[in-house]
Amino acid sequence: MIETHTRRSEFIAGMRDTIPLEVGSIPFGIIFGALAVNSGLSPAAAMGFSLFVYAGSAQFIASGLVAQGAGIPLIVFTTFIVNVRHALYGATLAPHMKHLSQRWLLPLGFWLTDETFVVVITRYNQLDQSPFKHWYHLGSSILMYLNWNFWTFIGIVAGQRIPDLSSYGLAFAMDVTFIGMIIPQLKNRPMALAALVAGLSAVALNNVPNKLGLILAVFIGIAVGLVAETLLPNDTVEDALKPTPITEEIPS
Amino acid sequence: MNEVLLIAGMTLVTFIPRYGVLALLGRLEMPKPIFRALRYVPVTVLSAIIFPDLFLKDGTLNLALSNSFLAAGIITMLVSWRTKNLLLTIVLGMVALWVWRALIPA
Repeated sequence: MIETHTRRSEFIAGMRDTIPLEVGSIPFGIIFGALAVNSGLSPAAAMGFSLFVYAGSAQFIASGLVAQGAGIPLIVFTTFIVNVRHALYGATLAPHMKHLSQRWLLPLGFWLTDETFVVVITRYNQLDQSPFKHWYHLGSSILMYLNWNFWTFIGIVAGQRIPDLSSYGLAFAMDVTFIGMIIPQLKNRPMALAALVAGLSAVALNNVPNKLGLILAVFIGIAVGLVAETLLPNDTVEDALKPTPITEEIPS
Repeated sequence: MNEVLLIAGMTLVTFIPRYGVLALLGRLEMPKPIFRALRYVPVTVLSAIIFPDLFLKDGTLNLALSNSFLAAGIITMLVSWRTKNLLLTIVLGMVALWVWRALIPA
């Protein structure tokens, strides 16, 4: 089959292939919006998170920290720690995007998420010599961005209309979301051990001021994972060479 | 809290790792040990946020049956482990919380 790729066909294909991930992110957009306004953020700031920061899991974590009364430096530092994984995606994508100008790299960089990375790296790795694969990337990015912001807005409106959402245990929605994201990632013993130790350390270090216990717990967990890797050589680490997307909905 | 400052800071530290490496056009070779350590970031951060929510009540350890967050959290982990389905995990996790609270009031 010979297909002729145009800018338009690539753009539309990028949007189309992103739809399954859109559907998966709808509840998170709503939950984020509702949670954010119930964790002490103003509706404008909650919207600003999605418009400017645009990083699902970091937005959840940051609003959780706001609710716990953490200061700006800690929240910003935690956001950095959570989002630095995007550098791995950038490193993977960069060889495919060498020919692009800053006019392309700036927006595509801003819109780089777990979901978009998973979709577009699949396209870039296909062997056909379409010169317009970056239009596919653009289509995926734009749809993901619009979708996330639209459902954030709906969530903010819902969160304001329904009084005292916390009495329904909505704070727990964030915990179950995180649990559902973590458990499938625990593919080997070092990873499981790192998560367990980080969690227990966070409980033990809960009284450290300014929520610094959280960062300490993360470093302890990472150290335990790395040590366990060397002590348990049978637990393969070859997936180290691939970035691990945080979402489960990987399109086949 | 100065929300403009918060959002500006978060935007900056999110944009830099996303755009920075793309801008270096793949010339940068990430040191392997850093690469390995970064893999642990998502699970350790999320876990360090969840555990205190489940185990602590007003800052002290609460292992009682009436701690519905802990009970439902454990159920949620089992659901996620068995199904690997994120949406189903969220729905059943919330249902577990409400059922547990109805059966064992705090």
